[in-house]
Amino acid sequence: MATLELRNVNKSYGSGLADTLKNIELAIDAGEFLILVGPSGCGKSTLMNCIAGLESISGGAILIDGADISGMSPKDRDIAMVFQSYALYPTMTVKDNIAFGLKMRKLPPAEIEAEVARVAKLLQIEHLLGRKPGQLSGGQQQRVAMGRALARRPKIYLFDEPLSNLDAKLRVEMRTEIKLMHQRLKTTTVYVTHDQIEAMTLGDKVAVMKDGIIQQFGTPQEIYNDPANQFVASFIGSPPMNFIPLRVQVRDGQCFGRLDSAAGAPGQACCELPLGAAAELEGRELILGVRPEQIQLAAAAAALPSLRAEVEVVEPTGPDTLVFVSLNQTKVCCRLAPDATPQVGSSLDLQFDPARVLLFDASSGERLRPGKRQATDNKVAQFKLG
Amino acid sequence: MTSVSVAQRRSSDVLLPPGEGGAKRRMRAVSLSRLAIHATLILACAVYLVPLLVMLLTSFKTPDDIRSGNLLSIPDVFTVIGWVKAWDGVGGYFWNSVKITIPAVLISTLLGALNGYVLAMWRFRGSQLFFGLLLFGCFLPFQVILLPASFTLGQLGLANTTEGLVLVHVVYGLAFTTLFFRNFYVSIPEALVRAARLDGAGFFTIFGRILLPMSVPIIMVSLIWQFTQIWNDFLFGVVFASGDTQPITVALNNLVNTSTGAKEYNVDMAAAMIAGLPTLLVYILAGKYFLRGLTAGAVKG
Amino acid sequence: MSSTAVITKASPLDVLQRWLPKLVLAPSMVIVLVGFYGYIGWTFLLSFTNSRFMPSYNFVGLQQYARLWDNDRWWVASQNLLLFGGLFIAISLVIGVFLAVLLDQRIRREGFIRTIFLYPMALSMIVTGTAWKWLLNPGLGLDKLLRDWGWEGFRFDWLVDPDRVVYCLVMAAVWQSSGFVMALFLAGLRSVDQSIIRAAQVDGASLPSIYLRIVLPSLGPVFFSALMILAHIAIKSFDLVASMTAGGPGYASDLPAMFMYAHTFTRGQMGLGAASAMLMLGAVLAILVPYLYSELRGKRHD
Repeated sequence: MATLELRNVNKSYGSGLADTLKNIELAIDAGEFLILVGPSGCGKSTLMNCIAGLESISGGAILIDGADISGMSPKDRDIAMVFQSYALYPTMTVKDNIAFGLKMRKLPPAEIEAEVARVAKLLQIEHLLGRKPGQLSGGQQQRVAMGRALARRPKIYLFDEPLSNLDAKLRVEMRTEIKLMHQRLKTTTVYVTHDQIEAMTLGDKVAVMKDGIIQQFGTPQEIYNDPANQFVASFIGSPPMNFIPLRVQVRDGQCFGRLDSAAGAPGQACCELPLGAAAELEGRELILGVRPEQIQLAAAAAALPSLRAEVEVVEPTGPDTLVFVSLNQTKVCCRLAPDATPQVGSSLDLQFDPARVLLFDASSGERLRPGKRQATDNKVAQFKLG
Repeated sequence: MTSVSVAQRRSSDVLLPPGEGGAKRRMRAVSLSRLAIHATLILACAVYLVPLLVMLLTSFKTPDDIRSGNLLSIPDVFTVIGWVKAWDGVGGYFWNSVKITIPAVLISTLLGALNGYVLAMWRFRGSQLFFGLLLFGCFLPFQVILLPASFTLGQLGLANTTEGLVLVHVVYGLAFTTLFFRNFYVSIPEALVRAARLDGAGFFTIFGRILLPMSVPIIMVSLIWQFTQIWNDFLFGVVFASGDTQPITVALNNLVNTSTGAKEYNVDMAAAMIAGLPTLLVYILAGKYFLRGLTAGAVKG
Repeated sequence: MSSTAVITKASPLDVLQRWLPKLVLAPSMVIVLVGFYGYIGWTFLLSFTNSRFMPSYNFVGLQQYARLWDNDRWWVASQNLLLFGGLFIAISLVIGVFLAVLLDQRIRREGFIRTIFLYPMALSMIVTGTAWKWLLNPGLGLDKLLRDWGWEGFRFDWLVDPDRVVYCLVMAAVWQSSGFVMALFLAGLRSVDQSIIRAAQVDGASLPSIYLRIVLPSLGPVFFSALMILAHIAIKSFDLVASMTAGGPGYASDLPAMFMYAHTFTRGQMGLGAASAMLMLGAVLAILVPYLYSELRGKRHD
């Protein structure tokens, strides 16, 4: 149980190269589960290695329980790590693998014996203790790797993409187990992944990274519902958020954006979105972000006007049916109920709540937030057929 | 299934059966070509084996037998007199070679293992450059360092000593042994070292407890490679040793190429066998590692 | 955020740990810098002096190189190297590839046969030279064997024929090294993607044409490696000449390595020997640089 704080952490390899980590600021409470998520090369693994002390930082400070540990060697930081490749010592038995760290710390043999037994029981790997890693399946190796980390009872666990070498089914199982384990042990954990589902399901806090910069740091719900920019919005969520380019028109002090459904039928299936009352936005290119599940079949009861669009592709996935249409020459995914089975080529009446869509700057990808006043003004969102 | 096919090497179920009519004709053509292949291979084996056979036959003949018979004639009397005389001539040098080879092999392998460990797992600025510089040593024509090396050995008081030869072999064997271990350790995930560091193991503990136990195959490769290289060396032996400290290759060459007295070919051949037996034996016992050394060391340079 | 940072200093032991890799590598770095590059520089320096039995540092410019240029024996040695190297490499490659392809045909005792082809590689060149010197002995060697077997007019005295003695060296060297080429190519053949071969079979290609047009061309890197290593063996070969011919008759079978040794260590022409050694290094570099260049370029493409 320890707090972890990163203060303005920087990391660069040599002077000529770009920084791999830029001004990283993070703080989590004792017992929290922090997810570092991002595409490969975003710096998340480097950051984890810096926390572990396997790589040195070029600037800033890393604090565990308020103590600066940035100058310490890895072994003194009281951190345990589970590696993507498991990194089990191939010539040692499972038992020796788990005991190695304890032996290095010169624990009395009896204590080591007891700790190995405890961990083995916890992870249900007692029957594997005499085997070598080469004789284990992927899932078993994964358990042993976790056992090695657990045995030390460190202040912080680091997980470096621990599930990415497992097949899909096992991955889901182990994900749940890790969550269970964390709920029981309540040890501060940092978990690196590129899988946004793992990020959403496991984390108390999520840091989305790109190009060595933390794009957003918050709870999974904040990241999902209120992404800081287009990158975060696109990275979290599956199927990903739709991004529809549009141009702002100002009419009566109100901003509108036009959505054209099909090139072939102009004026037939267009609608305009009220985007608030910022007159200076006139003529500006924006990106409209709307999640697939926010787009629904038009229902007469709803106060939302509908938009007619031609169905291009239908993908039934079981729990949902994904329907793809074109809006402003962009492919848009709509996540409909499984009983919706529209024909390709047919027309669908769709609607979504304009109050819930997100707006991004077309060039920078930064989030544009409407002011408070505008939000109340537009309590009733309206679609206008053009 | 007698048809020759590349694809069938590993799985025999990939070829569709040929049409009924052509099948027989093809079978015959195929078995003929297979016969030819086997015949060629057996012939080639014979060619490769003949020199060894001739050496053995000659070494057991009497000088009279050698003059009256030919290379492959069976000796009238088998005699070990050639071997006895050869051992008298080169036996002492055989032990010289042993005294040079064993320490040189062990030291250069140990140093190579440590170097490879650092170069693969503890890279630092400049270590790659160093590896590049070292690699060139695998291709260095030794003529270009003979003179300075002999001056240095003289300065160190190691000229014409076994220790001097050991030193030279260690220095110039380092390139290959480092290459072996470095390439081996590069293929081991770095996470292993990281895990061990987090577990609290230091530089030598990681090496001794984790990497060395995994390194048995590459240790074998390095030991065997160095053994054959150093045992078979002639250049360093002839330049840096003289008289009583010469290795067996130099002694063999002196024995064979002296022009005094009548040539005793049986003694020459027995001496050549004595010089060649240790490496031949190693090759037969551990051919797998020998081949790996040749290909790994030579190709991946 | 308000917590005050406790600065922890690294202990001396940690500092030692941090320096250990460099400390461990240091002796080897010294060895390489001095024993490899320093000595090359030293030899380079000597090649500009008039050193004879003992090193002297009277610099005479390019005189030693000029003497090499005018030296008939050096030219013979160099030409021999071209002839010996060219034939040795070409024949070893042809035989090695041929045997590898034959062995690739699911031969039952493959491992055993491979062992036989490769064992000469384990022998010292001195042993090889001794054996072949005896095999090619004019009067008692092959010469007599074939006559005894009924080929009355057979004569074989190349070992003492100044025009043909180099071919004897080629024979022994090929015997020693072709098995190695075979092993290299066999490993290469085994790594060829089987689906390519199946695709060619589906396209109706015959076995020889599959090998000649698809499999072997894909082994370009192996060819290159083999070529490199054989050329390197050829340039360095000294033991074989020493034991088989000692450069004779006369200096008809001299090679640069032999020339260097003889001038430096027995004839008291240290400066000249150093110059010849530098030229040998130049020859190795001429082969090595394109090889390394292609290796590095190949890696960048990966």
